[in-house]
Amino acid sequence: MATFEEDPKERANARLLKDDTGFAAGKIAFFQYLCVGVLVFLMFNFWDLQINNPEFYNERAERNRIRSVPTSAGRGKIYDRDGRIIVDSHSSFKVRLLREHLNADHLKPIAEGLNLDYDELVAKVKRFSTRPKYDPMPLKQDLTPGEVAFIDAHKGESMLPELELIHGQTRLYPRGGLLAHVIGYVGEVTEKELNEPEFARFTQGDIIGKTGIEREYNELLMGVDGQRQWVVDNLGSLRYEVAEEKPAVPGKSLQLSLDLDLQSVAELAIEDRTGAVVALDPRTGEVLAMVSRPAFDLNQFAGRIRTSVWDEIRNDPRGPMNNRCIQPFAPGSTFKPIEAVAALEAGVIDEKTRFHCSGVATFYGNAFHCHAKGGHGDVDLHRAIMQSCDVFFYNVANRLGIDKLYEYGDLNGLGKKTGIDLPDEKAGLMPNPKWKIRAFRQKWMGGETINVGIGQGAVSVTPLQLASAIGGLAQGGVWYKPHLVKGTKVGPPRTANWTQENVDRVVRGMYGVVNEGGTARSAALSGIELCGKTGTAQVVSNDFKEKYKAFAEDFKDNGWFVGFAPRKNPEIVVVALIPGGEHGDRAAPIVRDVVKAYFDKKTRQAGQRQMAEYKARASSIFAMAAPGGGQ
Amino acid sequence: MAQDRSVRDFDWWLLAISLVLCAVGVLQIYSATLDSKWKDAWWKQIIWIAISLVAMWLMTQIDYHTLLGQVPILYSVCVGLLVLTFLFGSRVFGSSRWIGYGMFKFQVSEFFKIVIVLMVAKYLAELKSDRLEARDLLRLAGFIGLPMLLVMLQPDLGTSLTYVPILAIGVLIAGLRWQHIASMALLAALCAWPAWMLMQPYQKDRVLVLVDPGRDPKGAGYQVIQSRIAVGSGEIWGKGATKGFQTQLRFLPVPHTDFIFSAFAEEHGFVGVSVVLGLYFLLLLQIVQNAQTAPDRAGMYICMGVASLMLFHVLVNVGMVVGRMPVVGIPLPLVSSGGSNLLSIFMMLGLVNNVRLRRFVN
Repeated sequence: MATFEEDPKERANARLLKDDTGFAAGKIAFFQYLCVGVLVFLMFNFWDLQINNPEFYNERAERNRIRSVPTSAGRGKIYDRDGRIIVDSHSSFKVRLLREHLNADHLKPIAEGLNLDYDELVAKVKRFSTRPKYDPMPLKQDLTPGEVAFIDAHKGESMLPELELIHGQTRLYPRGGLLAHVIGYVGEVTEKELNEPEFARFTQGDIIGKTGIEREYNELLMGVDGQRQWVVDNLGSLRYEVAEEKPAVPGKSLQLSLDLDLQSVAELAIEDRTGAVVALDPRTGEVLAMVSRPAFDLNQFAGRIRTSVWDEIRNDPRGPMNNRCIQPFAPGSTFKPIEAVAALEAGVIDEKTRFHCSGVATFYGNAFHCHAKGGHGDVDLHRAIMQSCDVFFYNVANRLGIDKLYEYGDLNGLGKKTGIDLPDEKAGLMPNPKWKIRAFRQKWMGGETINVGIGQGAVSVTPLQLASAIGGLAQGGVWYKPHLVKGTKVGPPRTANWTQENVDRVVRGMYGVVNEGGTARSAALSGIELCGKTGTAQVVSNDFKEKYKAFAEDFKDNGWFVGFAPRKNPEIVVVALIPGGEHGDRAAPIVRDVVKAYFDKKTRQAGQRQMAEYKARASSIFAMAAPGGGQ
Repeated sequence: MAQDRSVRDFDWWLLAISLVLCAVGVLQIYSATLDSKWKDAWWKQIIWIAISLVAMWLMTQIDYHTLLGQVPILYSVCVGLLVLTFLFGSRVFGSSRWIGYGMFKFQVSEFFKIVIVLMVAKYLAELKSDRLEARDLLRLAGFIGLPMLLVMLQPDLGTSLTYVPILAIGVLIAGLRWQHIASMALLAALCAWPAWMLMQPYQKDRVLVLVDPGRDPKGAGYQVIQSRIAVGSGEIWGKGATKGFQTQLRFLPVPHTDFIFSAFAEEHGFVGVSVVLGLYFLLLLQIVQNAQTAPDRAGMYICMGVASLMLFHVLVNVGMVVGRMPVVGIPLPLVSSGGSNLLSIFMMLGLVNNVRLRRFVN
């Protein structure tokens, strides 16, 4: 050994001769460290994935495998007071885009196959791109059979795997705009709405009520969509269903207080004229009929509305989307009964008080004209209501003063929302000095009181308010909250502590309007004590008229008529507001027709009840005579 | 010579660890291919293990010095077969790697690994020097470059890359000088750009998704993302055999071959992963130990070549599973389904034993 130590070269040679492997020891050790390094590196990565943040990957794995497919809950049906169907739903298909499978090249054929606008579709997809991929994007509702066939034909991985067909329901509405404003329409919740707290619980693609009853009772009608959860494989095909299925809770049905018979009569009576008709049962506040014109066909909104149709409706200056029954208009002379009761109650006049009408009267230095140019001569309260003498009521208003007028107007519910179960009800206005100061920073002028005395000036009421006010007045001052859903608990009515005598005096005058040659003699009905009051009001401001001359016919001063029957304990009060006509002589026949339909039906039903009673009695007699009874 | 060898000298630990890994593989192949068109794969795997064990025994019988003597012939035959494969091989997944018929199709490129191990060992052992000359390095690179090129043309980038670590460990031990390393680094840098230009688009994607898996979540990134999801959702204990959703619902690509370890990680969790990676570590140390006790340089180079190849396989395959290595299609030795790889690995383990059994000869 020692000899090799002296000469390194010798030593190396000897090692080579022996084919020694010792020289590699260090490098082999290096390799061993390398093995340790690789092990540590790999273990660290597994630690990171499996121990550090497994939740993240677990969630991803879950999402990978579970796809929720909604099952449509089906919106509740809507019935009339006799249980007849007004709104139904029918089966339909909708399609959504599974964005995790989206191939941008497929958008073109998809847009073509589903008759969608390509640019609009691309924009929508882009807007959606900020959301998680597993969140599907609703594409289209209420598909035509051709579109369903298109989706069916392109199912599968190699074709258009991003399309998913879903079974749903589409609303089926009465034709021709019947009840359009009351029922309202449904539509997909918009992206804008989704950002508002009111709509927070909805998700993209949900169909919600947008107007009318559909909106007011959306919660009840909508139900809750169910969910079936499927395990999917990497091709997106459903493999098997996960056990727990969230069942769909169908929407509840709704029974309205509306009577389809009265509604039809009212709709036919108003024809295509712009205006409104409301019928109430003053004893309960139930709305029996409600018509607003112009109307629109709800079926255009069910499922998919064409943009052109939507624009046409929305840009129509006549505002077909507005429910005129809950829009305010100047009440004109229909305000007079309220004023008359106020004057009697306040003691500023009695039934014998007379004023002379020469066709014009002067207050606060201004001349105020009566609608009868020649004047009515000496008039008492009864004739003043019958003939709608303006001078008489100028004087009454002058004696009452604005504060009293306001007090009684407010008592009758003017200037306040009735609280009917419809969205977007307007309050109207019952003016007083306080209001004027607040709104205009101006002092109340005496002449304004005189104007309010004939229902002009700032005062405005909705047809519904007027029906409710006059109906309650005719009952001696009992106002129930108007409502559209049968069986709504409305609570105790508002009441006024009036002398029955005073109410009767006014009602007698209103009886005279129809039955004693008053301003609405055309509305007289045999066998039915219809009482009422006519009125004239401007639909829109003069400025507006100027702007839309083409529609001049629609903006003529409107005629009002408010009528109730019978005279004692009235069962129905109807308000009609339509264009044209002095003192509502064209509105009165509408009210007459509706009231007549109401009592005709009542008589018919009484007859049927009697017949049924006879039958029942007869069958019980026969039953006793039958062999079984002879034992 | 024969009388010096005994059954007791055989590396039973090496065999035991290998068989445990094989068993893990069979179970995982079974679990990952339930209800799929590959559901017979676990059964085929068992047959292949049996065949491989026979091949391993055969590899221990012929003295490795005899084999080293045949390297020129083996090398020529294998290059010839590679050319034949390239010309007539059956196409699977868009590349021709297999030659032969039916179940006994095999990948020539897999067996070339053995030839390369032997060739490198022979060349370096005959140098009889502590220092490696640039001339030798270039010559060796040429010997390996030819089959690499042929395999790359199949195209099978993964397998061709596995030849590199065999050479690397060999030249490292033989005395690689820092000048060599520096010039190679320079050369690599110069070659990087044209290489990048020559790469297939899908290969580029596979490299790029390492940086950003979200780059193409449906394409190249898909496998990496799904694999990471599978691994991550396994957590500590795993979801249990046959219970891995990623695996069972085919979100994982080829869960019985290249991505078998992500299926395993999903179903057996961090604990299972630790055990299997631990087994590989033991296997490597066992092979290295045989290198340390080798009777001569050639034996040592053989053992180290096998160890290096094994380490490379584990690093790239498992690294790919966790998204740290490009998806290049390198199987996990002993575990992944596939006969050629199994056979070549066991034959190489046979070589290691061959060396071990002859360690007291000199």
